[in-house]
Amino acid sequence: MDLSSITPALLLASLMVAATPILLAGIGELVVERAGVLNLGVEGMMITGAICGFAVTIETGSPLMGFVAAAAGGAGLALLFGALTQVALANQVASGLALTLFGLGLSSLLGQDYVGLKPVQTPAFKIPLLSDIPFLGRVLFSHDLMVYFGLGLVAAVWALLKYSRAGLILRAVGENHDAAHALGYKVVRIRILAIMFGGACAGLGGAYISLIRVPQWTEGMTSGAGWIALALVVFASWKPGRVLLGAWLFGGVTVLQLNLQAAGLAIPVEYLSMSPYLITILVLVIMSADKSRAPASLGRIFHASG
Amino acid sequence: MLRLEKRPQPSRVFAYLTPVLAVIITMIAGGMLFAALGKNPVEAIRTIFWDPLFGEFAFYYRPQLLVKGGPLILIAIGLSLGFRAGIWNIGAEGQYIVGALCGAAVALAFYPLEAWYIFPLMILAGALGGMLWAMVPALLKVKFGTNEILVSLMLVYVAENLLAAMALGRMKNPEGHGFPGSRNLKDYPSAFNDEIITGSGMHWGVLTAFLAVIFAYVLLNRHMLGFSIRLTGEAPRAARFSGVNPTRIILFCLGISGLMAGLAGMFEVSGPSGQVSIDFNVGYGFTAIIVAFLGRLHPVGILLAGLLMALTYIGGEIAQGNLGLPSAAIQLFQGMLLFFLLAVDLLTNYRIRFVRREAA
Repeated sequence: MDLSSITPALLLASLMVAATPILLAGIGELVVERAGVLNLGVEGMMITGAICGFAVTIETGSPLMGFVAAAAGGAGLALLFGALTQVALANQVASGLALTLFGLGLSSLLGQDYVGLKPVQTPAFKIPLLSDIPFLGRVLFSHDLMVYFGLGLVAAVWALLKYSRAGLILRAVGENHDAAHALGYKVVRIRILAIMFGGACAGLGGAYISLIRVPQWTEGMTSGAGWIALALVVFASWKPGRVLLGAWLFGGVTVLQLNLQAAGLAIPVEYLSMSPYLITILVLVIMSADKSRAPASLGRIFHASG
Repeated sequence: MLRLEKRPQPSRVFAYLTPVLAVIITMIAGGMLFAALGKNPVEAIRTIFWDPLFGEFAFYYRPQLLVKGGPLILIAIGLSLGFRAGIWNIGAEGQYIVGALCGAAVALAFYPLEAWYIFPLMILAGALGGMLWAMVPALLKVKFGTNEILVSLMLVYVAENLLAAMALGRMKNPEGHGFPGSRNLKDYPSAFNDEIITGSGMHWGVLTAFLAVIFAYVLLNRHMLGFSIRLTGEAPRAARFSGVNPTRIILFCLGISGLMAGLAGMFEVSGPSGQVSIDFNVGYGFTAIIVAFLGRLHPVGILLAGLLMALTYIGGEIAQGNLGLPSAAIQLFQGMLLFFLLAVDLLTNYRIRFVRREAA
């Protein structure tokens, strides 16, 4: 085994890349859950975003259009979930599972003509001056734009939830939908908007995998990233800043095990591939002691009577 | 303007009607999907739902109905018990894989010894393996309050990796010329899960599935534990006040669903599939979730829903061969079914009223 092939700067830089998909999907799901909705369909929306982004990038040659399409695809699928749970008042757990199964089927149908193709490479964006700083420049400031977009989104969501009126209303809806309704807020409309935001974020996260991280299309390529994003929200106790922390932790584990695989550790590859999932379980166990942070109306059905 | 009005009691008529309605709407939407793919929708629907039962080669496809329906029913029955109590085991696929691995491990350990006790031991190992795999989320939920949905699902990916490690490593056939996958249990009479009646498709797993249906029916309708499960799901507070032990319910529901999924996996690997290979599992664990809901979490309903879902698998394969319908289209079709089912389920609990908008 050759551990010297693992360089810290490269490791940390690829950690940022590996963390981005779950970061995007996680921050979207955080907003959804803060509005009191549990959408278990993140995996389905991610994979749909992955293929929408991939197909559009191949057809138009523009990664930007690809990411726009991915967000639209994710949001479109999320709208289905919104219609089911908010209008048809269906069980959220079952609807989320349905969304995932549906999304997996839809994506492999859409993607059958795109297997084996290579998308246009998304250019890395080196921030001038900053990227020249030794070590830090390589780790933090030499990524593609989506990495910065993800970080910016976390900051924006944090500020919006904490300081803006819209954020306050969103939290009110999530904590007590009956009270919010009595105050005159449109609970269903707010929740549907939140759900679509979550879908768009998940779609972006999926497209990040198919366009930048891998970049290629294979069936079921998100391989549980959506579920890890869901776990991330629990890990973060529904706080945006800690989503970032969690995403880096999971990104770190993923990158480390990939590097160990490449370095030829004397453990079969399959056992190393298990590690992100096992770590997720471990983290869930540690974090689930404190349930008090969960939005009070999470997963409950809202029906305005009268 | 449309308004929803909650029914004082769920409508019994619609409880029976909604699955049928959902299947019909799915057929229509599916037809539109097939038309969009450039296939004749009527022919496609007929190929999927009619030909396997009454077509020219029906004699070949009818036994397949049991082969494919058996595992689906067995897994879905287990899941439905938990779903009834609000305990969401969605990692049946993982428990299915581990059950299969444990069953196959026993067989491969005894190879080439021929003895009557090998197959029963395999059944035991499969059941135990699936149950233990499900006990992980159960114990974590009981001890630490960890979300069982996420843990059981994460364990699916762990199980898939474990399967790959076994198929390529320890369980690989030493006489397989380097190909991945274990010895074929079909060539090992003591371990082979053969058809009970030749040509019927009825193997021991199918029989177990039917027994599970009866077991679940008796449990839910005639036994105190079944009543507690239903009570926990429908009125958790009432259940707590009346002294139902939630820990016991969680352990039982997850344990039994893991056990049944493990059994299904073991019967599959020792029968229709024959060997442990990287992709011997075809997602029955996930499709069984659709089956459970389509059957309205009722044992008899699940029996019918499992057979229907098996039909879409078989019909889908025929349509793939005859019409060139992509296999993903069938997966999408099954996903749609669950969607429409959840949507029309609204009619069971709510009445839709047309009302004029009044001045506020």
